[in-house]
Amino acid sequence: MSVGTYAPKPGAAPLGRMITAQAVFETKMLLRNGEQLLLTVIIPSLLLVLFSTVDIVDTGSGEPVDFLTPGVLALAVMSTAFTGQAIATGFERRYGVLKRLGASPIPRWALMCAKTLSVLATELLQIGLLTAIAFGLGWSPEGNPLSVLLLLALGTAAFSGLGLLMAGTLRAEATLAAANLVFLLLLIGGGVIVPLDKFPGPVASALGLLPISALSEGLREVLQHGAALPWTDLGVLAVWAAVGLGAAARLFRWE
Amino acid sequence: MRSESAVEIRGLVKRYGTKTAVDRLDLDVRAGSVTAVLGPNGAGKTTTVEMCEGYRRPDAGAVRVLGLDPVADAAKLRPRIGVMLQSGGVYTGARADEMLRHMARLHAHPLDVDALIERLGLGSCGRTPYRRLSGGQQQRLALALAVVGRPELVFLDEPTAGLDPQARRATWELVRELRADGVSTVLTTHFMDEAEELADDVAIIDTGRVIAQGSPEELCRGGAENTLRFTGRPGLDLGSLLKALPDGSAAVELTPGAYRITGEVGPQLLATVTSWCAQHGVMPDGISVERHTLEDVFLELTGKELRG
Repeated sequence: MSVGTYAPKPGAAPLGRMITAQAVFETKMLLRNGEQLLLTVIIPSLLLVLFSTVDIVDTGSGEPVDFLTPGVLALAVMSTAFTGQAIATGFERRYGVLKRLGASPIPRWALMCAKTLSVLATELLQIGLLTAIAFGLGWSPEGNPLSVLLLLALGTAAFSGLGLLMAGTLRAEATLAAANLVFLLLLIGGGVIVPLDKFPGPVASALGLLPISALSEGLREVLQHGAALPWTDLGVLAVWAAVGLGAAARLFRWE
Repeated sequence: MRSESAVEIRGLVKRYGTKTAVDRLDLDVRAGSVTAVLGPNGAGKTTTVEMCEGYRRPDAGAVRVLGLDPVADAAKLRPRIGVMLQSGGVYTGARADEMLRHMARLHAHPLDVDALIERLGLGSCGRTPYRRLSGGQQQRLALALAVVGRPELVFLDEPTAGLDPQARRATWELVRELRADGVSTVLTTHFMDEAEELADDVAIIDTGRVIAQGSPEELCRGGAENTLRFTGRPGLDLGSLLKALPDGSAAVELTPGAYRITGEVGPQLLATVTSWCAQHGVMPDGISVERHTLEDVFLELTGKELRG
């Protein structure tokens, strides 16, 4: 390199370019990570195929695939916005990535925007794949797509808040263990593949207040039963989103 | 043109609980210079640098970096500085070239990434993810990330720790090129030779304070005694030699015919010794001057016992 190569010429890239670059980069990292793909793509797809075609769980009246698809879509949202984001961000914090980016031109709020875009892009891929599989299994959805979008958006906000709260406060290893454990517990107890009414009454009511249950039951109300807007489930998700994002904003530690 | 300081630190204090990590520290970094911050482990080097980078808020005192407050003016300052952390800072699954390209994309006028990869020998990293790169490769990538945005000022925290000699030389060469192009550099280091080779100014920090500051030459000259040695005929009259030397000098015959003079060894003293030898018909063989290295100064100032 010749004289003058390093002559200072500093400057931040335009905000839009920084956010896009960051979102693309994070999505690429996520799709390259085998464990993340297992969680976000392989497990939801397998559950959908397995439980739709093999009569393991009694999913009530109607086609199993019509019951299972909304639950698996909720699971996909949780796997990306909560589990995947918590683990990835926890390790970024642990390995000083967040710290290093903190000294780069991208502002913190823009970094968070990029993370959200990356989560949404991944969800789009998941939903595309899962609905294609569901249609292949004979899925016949009802309801208004806008209601579905609203549920998915609120669900993403709720799970992102909780995921970031965990990633920004716990040690990375603790986040890894806890995020996977929560994924497993909510998969079973969150109305994803097992209907909530299989649990005893009070337990079912309590489980119904979980964000995963609100999302899977809400999506089911719309996609299986053609409801317009499941207000209770939307309300539960909104409260989780407010609490999770609020706590994450207050308690998140960057190092 | 740029006469102002790149960094100005006055009365800086940082406490962690009851421990005072940085204790009323003053430091100036001249624009366009290379300043080395030397000190034993736990002296407060990294804490000081991280307050300049805006990572930590001072408990007292003032820091101005490029005329800005690193915390309050962070958004304005960040694009203008380059930061190399002591370790980490890269996505574990990212390849060296894609991380560097990504950092370049966050800047308005980045360096040519391919040329920088070539310059720092990062091409050998190939498709290996960051977590499986060697320590030296990770260090060189961190250095590249610090300079790719064409900053005015770079902070390098122990830039050559764990590098092999060739990679160290390459890093030094890059720092010299940065200086030649007008970039200011602040580097922390444990290596005296690194400070001696690279730095225009050295600040020695211990227990959170600057205990000595100046160019490497000034620091080596100041206070510390130097040594002149020669061999000649055994049994020279050292009393007569001492009378000719300035006060405070000492002369001994270490072994028959091997002489050592200590004191403020400069051109004057050397001339005095050689002319005394000439008067006494002595041929001073193997005459040599040992000037103190920065390491001697450092150990003298910070003590010789090992610390955590």
